[in-house]
Amino acid sequence: MIKPMLSAVIAALTVGLAGPAAALQVFACEPEWGALAHEIGGDKVSVYVATTGVQDPHLIQARPSLISKARTADVTVCTGAELEIGWLPMIVSQSANKKIMPGARGVFQPTDYVHLLETPASLDRSQGDIHAGGNPHIQSDPRNMIPVGKAMADRFAELDPANAGLYHGRYQTFLGNWQGALKRWQAEAAPLRGVPIAVQHRSWIYLETWLGLRRVIALEPKPGVPASSGYLAQVLEVLKKTPVKMIIRAAYEDDRPSTFIGGRAGVPAVMLPYTIGGTDQAKDLYSLYDDTLSRMLKALK
Amino acid sequence: MQRSASRLAIALIATGISVTSQASAAPAKPTAADFATLQQQINALRGDCETKISELETRLKAAEAEVAAAHAAATPASSPAPEASSEVVIADSEAEPSPAAVTPSQNAMNPGVSVVLNGNYVSRSQDPAWARIPGFPLSDNAGPERRGLSLGESEVTFGANVDPYLSAALTVSFDGGGSASVEEGFIQTTALPAGLTLKAGRFYSAIGYLNERHGHNWSFIDMPLPYRALLGSQYGDDGVQVRWLAPTPFFLEAGAEIFRGDRFPGGGSDKNRAQAQSLFLHTGSDINDDSSWLGAVSYLHTAARDRLTAGDDFSGENGVGIASLVYKWAPGGNPAQRNLTLSGEYFYDRQTGDFNALPAKLNRSGWYAQGVYQFTNRWSLGLRYGSLNGDRPAKVLLKSALDDLGRNPKAITGLLEYDTSEFARLRMQFTHDETDLKANDELRFQYTVVYGPHGAHRY
Repeated sequence: MIKPMLSAVIAALTVGLAGPAAALQVFACEPEWGALAHEIGGDKVSVYVATTGVQDPHLIQARPSLISKARTADVTVCTGAELEIGWLPMIVSQSANKKIMPGARGVFQPTDYVHLLETPASLDRSQGDIHAGGNPHIQSDPRNMIPVGKAMADRFAELDPANAGLYHGRYQTFLGNWQGALKRWQAEAAPLRGVPIAVQHRSWIYLETWLGLRRVIALEPKPGVPASSGYLAQVLEVLKKTPVKMIIRAAYEDDRPSTFIGGRAGVPAVMLPYTIGGTDQAKDLYSLYDDTLSRMLKALK
Repeated sequence: MQRSASRLAIALIATGISVTSQASAAPAKPTAADFATLQQQINALRGDCETKISELETRLKAAEAEVAAAHAAATPASSPAPEASSEVVIADSEAEPSPAAVTPSQNAMNPGVSVVLNGNYVSRSQDPAWARIPGFPLSDNAGPERRGLSLGESEVTFGANVDPYLSAALTVSFDGGGSASVEEGFIQTTALPAGLTLKAGRFYSAIGYLNERHGHNWSFIDMPLPYRALLGSQYGDDGVQVRWLAPTPFFLEAGAEIFRGDRFPGGGSDKNRAQAQSLFLHTGSDINDDSSWLGAVSYLHTAARDRLTAGDDFSGENGVGIASLVYKWAPGGNPAQRNLTLSGEYFYDRQTGDFNALPAKLNRSGWYAQGVYQFTNRWSLGLRYGSLNGDRPAKVLLKSALDDLGRNPKAITGLLEYDTSEFARLRMQFTHDETDLKANDELRFQYTVVYGPHGAHRY
């Protein structure tokens, strides 16, 4: 008697409170995947983006608001390759949502669809904050949006077969626009080919590969380990012998290491948006790369 | 493109085989009805195949388009630069990464094993052997730490998904003397509908804010005064828990637990029915990008039979109500450089029963407020104040351990913490404690390290 009543109450609450207009509730961990989900899903998806462009996606607190958003999600779109390992597992386990539990079809990880670079040969925390699967910062190469967008359209279609045609159609439209943009960016970026750079954190390997940049050194001795003054002195020595054109860092990072070294070595320290919302100019997927290139080209002059 | 074509071929062969095997499995003496069913099955299979083929064709087309797109995209740029080959690696830096092959092996399904180690140095102005809080008989767990150098409680946790429906975790703790005990050992559901989660086994109750946390996640070296006096530091027992997370736009979680009832403030349970029960309600949300909050109300009821504390015997009941509030701040939501956590909890305890066979009825309370501020990367400062309000028992129990002697026990604690990384920290903590008749000053040093695949942190 009590049990059916209780489940009726719960069902009523679930329908009444969640009652989404969109077919798919998307929980995107980072702004770039939220934007891509919009490109693929249009008004059939309702996207919640868990982090802002100025937050370090490695280090997010498992806040109550994130748990409540994960509770009603149909699919999570989170980079993967352990980028979110410090917070997402806690959100997911507290969300009590079987659709997004490990192994469920509602778990979509963009890094599963891209060949990852910098896969560590051995795993040991003495190496700093390394990721077993490889470097997870794949969004810095816009070409990666093609396989990820394709896989995302397939996954959305699988989860919401009623709108499968729409997702695939929107992917085709996106593909056409994106190819045009890629041609434009690659033409614009020609002067950056072979340019030596330094990076603050090793989050740019995919950008380096895309543009043919030459990374001379990183300002962190090991991933995620802040540099000591001794290490920075060594970096300055290296930069004397092998000059670089710029030192790049993400908007969410502390500006002190790159401005300090930049000032000493006479090299511009360039802050890049890293993702949408990282700078005022990086408003969407297209302007993210427009702004990234324009900031780097400006530093080259 | 070739791969897609071969996949198509394999799929066709596979469906062909399944059709033939279905046909050969038909009964020896077929009836008209059997033929009809068979016909239906064949039709269904044919339909299936057709959908599959058309699906594969679409995928093939998409794959072709994708390859063409990738070529088109790659043409303006010539071959990509060699990956990071020219980076200068300083002696102390990482080794050149190379792709490692993953070999499946016998231990591929081993659970995640993580280890917590800590070491202490304690210096106190009063001898801990005689330490007590008048009016608050303490359980063994809540007494002060030994003086001098010591290895703290070490923990090993084994955690994994059992199957698609359950996960499990076992935490074994070794005290400094070397005896092992099961601190937590529970199974938990991962696939229940409607936001429900069930947990069974031995676990820390979800009452209060700090109660569920393991020692290595505490903000200070020890628990605040009300937890020590009223819950024996932390309340955990053998039981069952149900939690329900509401599908609301803000965080709202309700839960209930039943426990065996052997742990302080309960004790001496040997009955069919659970002797301890709890209810809790958690809520919270973001205030803006910088700050968020969590609130909770909880209630724990325990029944004790011949519970012994320092030679005193208690049989009766305790009802503990807790109200908790937590506020967190980090500029831009980035806690790495600077962050602040403020928290406070109020406890109310109502005890009725017989203390050394004399009737005892007490209304006691306590509260604490604490703040931890990480002022720069890796460095934090903390401050905590805790206080208790005891009660005066009936005349026959005056001067017993239940008598608060008209005093208000209180303690103030300061903390300095340095983290070498997310996985290791060093702490220095000073406490001025006026819980006992004589004030006690305590200085503690502690290191804590966590290694192995360590789970994400709670809020």
